[in-house]
Amino acid sequence: MITLQHMMVISGLLFALSVAGIFINRRNVILLLMCIELLLLSANFNFVAFSRWLGNIDGQVFVFFILTVAAAESAIGLAILVVLFRKRRSIDVEDLATLKG
Amino acid sequence: MTETSFAQFLPALPEIYLVGAICALLMFDVFFGLKKPTRTASVALLLLLGGAVATLISADFGHRQVLFSGMYIADDLATLLKLASFLFVAIALFYSGEFLGRRKLQQGEYYVLVFTALLGVLVLTSAGSLLMVYIGVELLSLSLYALVAFDRENGVAAEAAMKYFVLGAIASGIMLYGMSLLYGLSGTLSLAGLATAFSGPNSLGLILGLAFLVVAVAFKFGAVPFHMWVPDVYQGAPTSVSLLVASVPKIASFAVAYRLLAEGLGEVSGTWTQMLSVLAVLSLLFGNLIAIAQTNLRRMLAYSAISNVGFILLGFVTGTGDGYEAALYFTLVYVMVVLGTFGAILLASREGFEADEIADYKGLSSRDPSLAFMVAVLMFSTAGIPPFVGFWAKLRIIESLVNVGHLWLSIIAVVMSVIGAFYYLRIVWVMYFDPPGDLPRGQPRLALRFVLGLNAAAALGLGLFPDVLLNVCQTVLHRG
Amino acid sequence: MNPNLLLAIPLLPLAAAVISGLFGRLIGRTASATLTIAGVLGALVLSLKVFQQLAFEGVPSYNDTVYTWLVSDGIRMQVGFLVDQLTVLMMVVVTFVSLCVHVYTIGYMHDDAGYQRFFSYISLFTFAMLMLVMSNNFMQLFFGWEAVGVVSYLLIGFWYTRPSATFANMKAFLVNRVGDFGFVLGIAGIVYFTGSLDYADAFAAAPSMATKTLSVMPGAAWPALTVICICLFIGAMGKSAQMPLHVWLPDSMEGPTPISALIHAATMVTAGIFMVARMSPLFELSETALSTVLVIGATTALFMGFLGIVSNDIKRVVAYSTLSQLGYMTVALGVSGYSVAIFHLMTHAFFKALLFLAAGAVIIAMHHEQDMRKMGGLRHRMPVTYWTSLIGALALIGTPFFSGFYSKDALIEAVAESHRVGAGYAYFCVLGGVFITALYTFRMIFMTFHGQERLDHHAKAHFHDVGWDMKAPLVALAIPSLLIGFFTVQPVLFGGWFGDAIQVLEHNDVIAHIGHHFQGPVAFALHGPMGAPFWLALGGVVTAWLFFLKNPSWAAAWESRLSGLHTVLVNKYYFDWFNENVLARASRGLGSVLWKAGDQAVIDGTLVNGSAKLVGWLAGVTRRVQTGYLYSYALWMVVGLAVLLAWFLLSAH
Repeated sequence: MITLQHMMVISGLLFALSVAGIFINRRNVILLLMCIELLLLSANFNFVAFSRWLGNIDGQVFVFFILTVAAAESAIGLAILVVLFRKRRSIDVEDLATLKG
Repeated sequence: MTETSFAQFLPALPEIYLVGAICALLMFDVFFGLKKPTRTASVALLLLLGGAVATLISADFGHRQVLFSGMYIADDLATLLKLASFLFVAIALFYSGEFLGRRKLQQGEYYVLVFTALLGVLVLTSAGSLLMVYIGVELLSLSLYALVAFDRENGVAAEAAMKYFVLGAIASGIMLYGMSLLYGLSGTLSLAGLATAFSGPNSLGLILGLAFLVVAVAFKFGAVPFHMWVPDVYQGAPTSVSLLVASVPKIASFAVAYRLLAEGLGEVSGTWTQMLSVLAVLSLLFGNLIAIAQTNLRRMLAYSAISNVGFILLGFVTGTGDGYEAALYFTLVYVMVVLGTFGAILLASREGFEADEIADYKGLSSRDPSLAFMVAVLMFSTAGIPPFVGFWAKLRIIESLVNVGHLWLSIIAVVMSVIGAFYYLRIVWVMYFDPPGDLPRGQPRLALRFVLGLNAAAALGLGLFPDVLLNVCQTVLHRG
Repeated sequence: MNPNLLLAIPLLPLAAAVISGLFGRLIGRTASATLTIAGVLGALVLSLKVFQQLAFEGVPSYNDTVYTWLVSDGIRMQVGFLVDQLTVLMMVVVTFVSLCVHVYTIGYMHDDAGYQRFFSYISLFTFAMLMLVMSNNFMQLFFGWEAVGVVSYLLIGFWYTRPSATFANMKAFLVNRVGDFGFVLGIAGIVYFTGSLDYADAFAAAPSMATKTLSVMPGAAWPALTVICICLFIGAMGKSAQMPLHVWLPDSMEGPTPISALIHAATMVTAGIFMVARMSPLFELSETALSTVLVIGATTALFMGFLGIVSNDIKRVVAYSTLSQLGYMTVALGVSGYSVAIFHLMTHAFFKALLFLAAGAVIIAMHHEQDMRKMGGLRHRMPVTYWTSLIGALALIGTPFFSGFYSKDALIEAVAESHRVGAGYAYFCVLGGVFITALYTFRMIFMTFHGQERLDHHAKAHFHDVGWDMKAPLVALAIPSLLIGFFTVQPVLFGGWFGDAIQVLEHNDVIAHIGHHFQGPVAFALHGPMGAPFWLALGGVVTAWLFFLKNPSWAAAWESRLSGLHTVLVNKYYFDWFNENVLARASRGLGSVLWKAGDQAVIDGTLVNGSAKLVGWLAGVTRRVQTGYLYSYALWMVVGLAVLLAWFLLSAH
């Protein structure tokens, strides 16, 4: 029997995984974008699980909004990435450190 | 609720108007603006003034209305913040006109993006549910990410945008996660519902959800340790965008903090005020300290922003109406002064001379005396020296802290603002006591200079008559 | 009293300052000078009118609000005037000295490009100082306090192209911040207990505050009034340059000389003395605070005098003398002799401003040469300056019948009468100080005006005596330096002039005690040679004559014999060294953020230059947290979140 607890654990794992991915990954910016998607999905997972458990539809509506916004977010992220690549010829995270201090 | 009439939509007129304005501006730009982009700029300014009028028309002073199944709140606070946002964005666009033209950034898209960011701010000021908060935050943030990267020929700006984007996305993720937890615990998305759902002792889940939300709010404000994006964006973005990022989003952050924490989760304020007090102290400490070490004026202003955010958060730490009032006052004052400061950078800059290093201000008093004087006024105000308005803002915060017995926090705030005064006065110092060398003389740009003069005069005038704005803040928060 | 009349007194100089500051270039040099002088002259005339009303027409003192700025939580912030005998005395002194300095400036700054700016600043200063002394509440007092400070920084750094001037400026700023911190805490304490910023409320509540305690740290309860008074006195220490916050005053001599006369001798530095006298109803009730005041003042009075003996810069000698005399005033406050402190403040304002202006005249005549070793024999070349300086010097060392005699002798007698803790030490210090004062003063007179001419070729060729625009103020100041003590000692000290303005407890009233023996100014002066101070002063003059005029080789010989002591003195007791090396380094170890940033700024001057190279270590390290790497930013966010979560989850269970 799959209970709410299972769902929570899964979403928590997803959350941790994506956050870890962001700061452990030191190579590729595209990986960062993927991790961000994962982060949003973990929240979605929670919403859907709670919505089902509470018998309240609001959470699922929220998920639709998140999905839409996430799409827009990826679009902007990729656009910035393209600009960055054109100027720097690199998408290494390590190279993104001219602004500091 | 079944019958839909136009009157029902009236309180949301500012947002509706702005959506219309965005469409109109896009169309106008396509048909008339491509050849002469300055036209689009003028129309954008007019549209913003129209927005202020629309806000006044729709306002129902002294009444709080909750609409659209609790999604939307129209009260005096929302009206004030919307008016301020329209006004401040208009001033910001006015300041940046010349800069945008010089950098060939004056395109219709720029103004449209500014408008969508503004729409996000408006949505946040009236947010009545977690969903609205989320949508507002994303509208604002996504537009700002794009604006920061707007100058496609500028690799540094792209780097700043990328950092801002990634960190912002993480913050959104954290916020959503927190929202989902609160939703799971209370079964409702509306802030009013949350307010009634949590009245008992704090459960584990609640603390979890709260911490996530506090982090998200702190990120939007730029409080330590969620501040890392602030200096990079302030320094990397085109100056006109830094101006925007530094100003109006602070109003939005205040709105989020107030609607979400003070109104929605006011019952459990004991927990989040403690969290905020930690963040506030860290912000004051690190913001002021690192600011001393800066040589770039915009980066210094970023750290100054972080320390000022510490003050705003201290207002929330009180957990009382008095403190929120002080925070509101502080926010409005801060945004006004920071607009002027960035305006001064824009006025001092010219082709090939960004005027964003502190060294660029050497001997400004002899090169451009009136600008130097205005900058001095603005710096005195930010430093919190009486009789400038910044002094009252800080005083109100400290007063509200003392009133609830946070003696230590207020002492830290005082000590930190004394340290802070040091690096603001350093700017004055450089302007008045360093030899000018062969730095360029000032340019007239009379319209910009005039508005900047008004801005500086307001910093002094509101300080001489602090009651004016204080009473407004008081009325807005206590009557609604 | 007519409030409009009172309002006009500070506003006239303000208006003049604003006009000549903003439109100086437009209206020209002469108009700026005329306008500001007219403004200050108007203020002086009106002050004299107020004086006349209070002194001779029996008009009661004035205490009322002129403008209410803001009422916040029941605390009223307002502009108000308290004009009583104490205030009016200060007003007359401030406006008179200011007027002399204004006139003197015409000649002194004649060749300077910042002529109008300078006039604007000194008028602005006069306004701020008047607001300070006329205030009837702590907020306005603080406003004036800060405003005189700001103008003083502006003026110390007036010649901002000199690096030493900017350094001195920074130092003054930082040291005064320390003082202000105490001052603000003191005011905060008063507001905390009385809920009001008004003097009257604070004085009324003084007896009740004396019984309360304040626990700043858990477990330690301190008497509230003592804490408040000491905090206020720390403010006075900063402004009135008492040890160990005195380091800024000698360096402030980098500013133009009229400023040294006006701000760093006659008016601003005495603001601390005035403030303590004004707060006499509070200080009277705390023995501990008064003893602190006494000991610090006595130490300053003696030990700062020594420094005057070894300095060769003519202005610095006068500056150390000022420090020492401020110490005397502080001692007087410490023995509850508030009226004699103010009396000495007044006489000192005249003769010290005179000495400064005379020194300035010498400096101008010598083409900005300040080293006394390159002067000598100037009395024939500039007779007016010589005779007026001599009057100033005789007043300073306390020659009978001169103004300084009355104030200083009364002061020393008051110390002798006092039984307060520390009074014995203070008596020793002030007596020793008399000898030292005479020694360095006449060393200066002899080295500058007597003996052989040691002018170098260039100075000799271009030497020219100053004009009457500069001599007239000297004469104008020489007259009160000579006479004012004789005519005012009776009413001010023993005639109950101050009335309720100064409150002294019955058993503390040393002045009344001296008053029993007082039989008029002539008898008082003739009694002078009976006392030790007279002979000590005479000894000082003779020593100076022997060492610096008769046998200059002796001075060199003693210098080498006492080289250890000499080095200590030349290094000003290593206060600067201590501040720059020990304090700064120790705090580096302790990681004390505030001092770190402040001292580092001073030592390296980096912040002044805006260079990032040597910026404070801590700020430098902290900024390295901002690595620029995205993953470290993300990591910080996650760590922040994790810490928040862990802390609150753990503390909740």
